Amino acid sequence: MIKQLTARFGRPMTLVVLLLLWFWLIVLVLLPQLIMIDYSFKPNLIPSQLGGPEDVYTLGNYQTLIGNDIHRTIFFKTIWSSILVTVLTLLVSYPVAYFLAQLATAKQVMLIALLLVIPYWINEILRTFSWYLILSFQGPLNALLLGLGLIDRPVRFLTGDGGVLIGMVYAYILFMVFPLYNAIESLDNNQVRAARNLGAGLLRIHWRIVIPHAKPGIATGCIMVFMLAAGSYAVPALLGSPGSRWFTQIIYNWFFEGGDWNMGAAYAFVLLILCIGFIAAVMKVFRIGLGDIGK
Amino acid sequence: MTSQRLMYWSIRFYLVVFFIYLFTPLVIMSIATFNDSRFPTIWPWRETTWRWFGELANDTAMWEALLNSFIVGLGVLALAVPIGVSAGLFLSTYEGKGKNFYYSLMLSPLLTPGVIIGISTLIFWRNLGVSGGIGLTVIAQTTFISAYVMLMVLARLQRFDRTLERAAYSLGATHSQVVRRVLLPYLKPAIMTAAVIAFLQSFENYNTTLFVRGFDTTLTVYIATKVRTGLTPAVNALGLIMILVTVVLAVAYEVLRRREQNRKDAAV
Repeated sequence: MIKQLTARFGRPMTLVVLLLLWFWLIVLVLLPQLIMIDYSFKPNLIPSQLGGPEDVYTLGNYQTLIGNDIHRTIFFKTIWSSILVTVLTLLVSYPVAYFLAQLATAKQVMLIALLLVIPYWINEILRTFSWYLILSFQGPLNALLLGLGLIDRPVRFLTGDGGVLIGMVYAYILFMVFPLYNAIESLDNNQVRAARNLGAGLLRIHWRIVIPHAKPGIATGCIMVFMLAAGSYAVPALLGSPGSRWFTQIIYNWFFEGGDWNMGAAYAFVLLILCIGFIAAVMKVFRIGLGDIGK
Repeated sequence: MTSQRLMYWSIRFYLVVFFIYLFTPLVIMSIATFNDSRFPTIWPWRETTWRWFGELANDTAMWEALLNSFIVGLGVLALAVPIGVSAGLFLSTYEGKGKNFYYSLMLSPLLTPGVIIGISTLIFWRNLGVSGGIGLTVIAQTTFISAYVMLMVLARLQRFDRTLERAAYSLGATHSQVVRRVLLPYLKPAIMTAAVIAFLQSFENYNTTLFVRGFDTTLTVYIATKVRTGLTPAVNALGLIMILVTVVLAVAYEVLRRREQNRKDAAV
């Protein structure tokens, strides 16, 4: 390793490269995670008790999560809703990505890519906030639906999970469209044409040719969106109601309201394991490796 | 042929609906800025007013938060760009068994929820006696933003022709000359783009910042607090300004890029 590097960059530069790299991977990435896990297996003690007889490893924090009905329910609801967000985002994004990759002219691609990116250069909070305005009880959506005579009285969109789902799909579309686009773009259009000439219908073409080809892109997009959804704090905090709390909100409360960092660390670690589990499941289902992600 | 026509029109129709979905929130948020109503809304319309811009300009807490966001953004740039470039150079040079492991490890911050990066950073540095604040926010954001920089640098390096380096060496160049005269100039576009993305990522970050900010407030955190407590159309005014800045920058970037492209085409 060092030999290969010095051969290319010389000794001083190699030293700089490796120091920066190791600082990042060890001090910023690895150690904090390990300390967090270590923390999660310890009870919440006041400083004078540290190192004392109570300072031992315990599963207590995890037992709290398992034993607390409300927290457990919210945990499973977060998983289920995040899967829902992922599937919805995939459905919404697929036609756009397919159009961009296979049907659009170079000019259209430029224009659509620009249009896609503009909302994403604007803060997630502001994007979510605009949905809050639209969905509010006396907001324009209710006014429109009332005016059209589709509903008799305003709907409370922001009670329950509806607002959170809409806001999340909106917030994460880009993370689905671009991986899909990258994957579908490399599909040779002749394959689609050949299938059509042989009499395959639209659904069959997508199911048998485009989707199998786009598998790495679908997997990457799903992993990103699920991770963002499960780990989102802003969207549920802004668009959710007390009845639709998200797991991240409980973690936050352990840290800044309950003052129990060890408990918070345990909950955070459970969230991390959930995300790793999802990634592993997706990679197994789609039969891809970690190297396919991020390309 | 008719089924193809049907598909042609239905996908266009879908795109129109899709972009309405994408832009309606931004349009409504912008319009509500000019409504003289205490709660931001476009319905009912009371009076057209500019006063929310004035209220925003007089909001000292907002200016302070904006300044903090800039400081954090520049700090992240200063750390994440060198780290990301080093990581990219490392991956494009090193061939061996550990390469996949390194790549996975570098990618992992992007696959970790932002709240967890914030939490682990907070706990780790507290053990070292550092508590939340601007400095820790820079550290926490650098953890995952470096990975974006790494990916962008790596993507460009994969198209790099290493014979250029070998040519330079056989003409007697030293290592540092090759790095300064061949490698870095080649990487410059990727580094510039990465720097812009890194700054934007930092500027709009919420989930990670929330845990490590201590008593300091960045603009994003400020907006979120405003939305939940004391929401007035001044928040919309801020949103509208950010949208306009974004669009102007995006168009300027596009124009510059095309000019550059034309210049290159002309040179050929």
